[in-house]
Amino acid sequence: MTSTTADVIDTLVGITSGSKLDAIRAQRSEARKHAQASYLGLFEPRDPGGVSTGERLAVASFVAGLHGELQTDAFYASRLAPGIRAAIAAEVAAAKTQGPYGSYPKGPLSVENTVGPVYRVAEASRAALGKRLVAAFEHAHMLVFHPRDAAAPSLQALLDAGWSTTDIVTLSQLVAFLAYQIRVVAGLRTLARSL
Amino acid sequence: MTDKTLTPPPHTEPVVFTRDMLDWLPWIEPMAEQDMTERHLASLVDASRVKSPYFRLLARDPDVLEARTRTDKDIFYNPEAGLPRAERELAAAATSRLNGCIYCASVHARFAVTYSKRVDDIQRLLDEGVGAKLDERWEAIVDASVALTALPITFGPQHIDRLRAVGLDDAAIADLIGAASFFNWANRLMLSLGEPATQG
Repeated sequence: MTSTTADVIDTLVGITSGSKLDAIRAQRSEARKHAQASYLGLFEPRDPGGVSTGERLAVASFVAGLHGELQTDAFYASRLAPGIRAAIAAEVAAAKTQGPYGSYPKGPLSVENTVGPVYRVAEASRAALGKRLVAAFEHAHMLVFHPRDAAAPSLQALLDAGWSTTDIVTLSQLVAFLAYQIRVVAGLRTLARSL
Repeated sequence: MTDKTLTPPPHTEPVVFTRDMLDWLPWIEPMAEQDMTERHLASLVDASRVKSPYFRLLARDPDVLEARTRTDKDIFYNPEAGLPRAERELAAAATSRLNGCIYCASVHARFAVTYSKRVDDIQRLLDEGVGAKLDERWEAIVDASVALTALPITFGPQHIDRLRAVGLDDAAIADLIGAASFFNWANRLMLSLGEPATQG
């Protein structure tokens, strides 16, 4: 895979060549290289299969928005059309909450159950997003804020909206990868300020 | 053909955090071994993973699985410098405990015990959660993992200061950030694509 996209984590943190953090990241060169390869596999895939680049970027922008990470959000949103960006911004504002919450299997852990919202895309945004993205956003919100509430019917909702089993794997990886990338960026940015 | 979710076979669901070995049952169809191309098989990185329904499911997107796995291995297994491996596993177990991934917590609690030999502390983390009394260094590591996992993310300079005070250098702090962040990836896959089951 050849890509000219610079290391996204370095870009978002602001790590420059020869800096202290550059040297620290170099000690985990495989992790650095393959975090970037994960990004490329998700956002510049050799074969996009059943999930279009537009869908990938729309979900990424929504997920970054839910995390409240403005720079990461802007990074993904900048490649989207204005119409869908407005719909995503409206949904982020309506959907943003605190996490992680959710329920455990019935038993001793039930005392730790914490209730939070179950998000549904607003009627006004449904047309701009389309059926597949509506289902993807509702699933992504659960993955971001209350992943322990996931159950087989969550995946059935995606299948019903036209996502194949393989598409669901890609979508799940995309949301889960962003949960990683956004935290690494936030963490390293905090570390960078103290070096 | 329209894809369908799977109904897992009869099994017993674990209802507590445990160090026991667990199984994992997928909710959507993993690839059949005989349908996997060389590219799919290579994406597993470890050939033995072809027996795992989890990895055969993720192999449906092989480039992403391979990159995910190689990221994981360097964060957790690279023995050079940084955070001791026991404490990378502690961060993984604490993150899994907070997100509620019983399966992930079981695996990484076992690894944390293997490397640290601190079975009582790890069991207390599983039993009581991320507020469990450990020692100052381990509590600093657990708190930093929690702050990176919570939304909004609350990880700040006070966490860095506390980690430095208990002896972590910059490379070790970067490892902690990598380990806790990575489990926010792993937990979401394990929790949302299938469910754990007790063995035997």
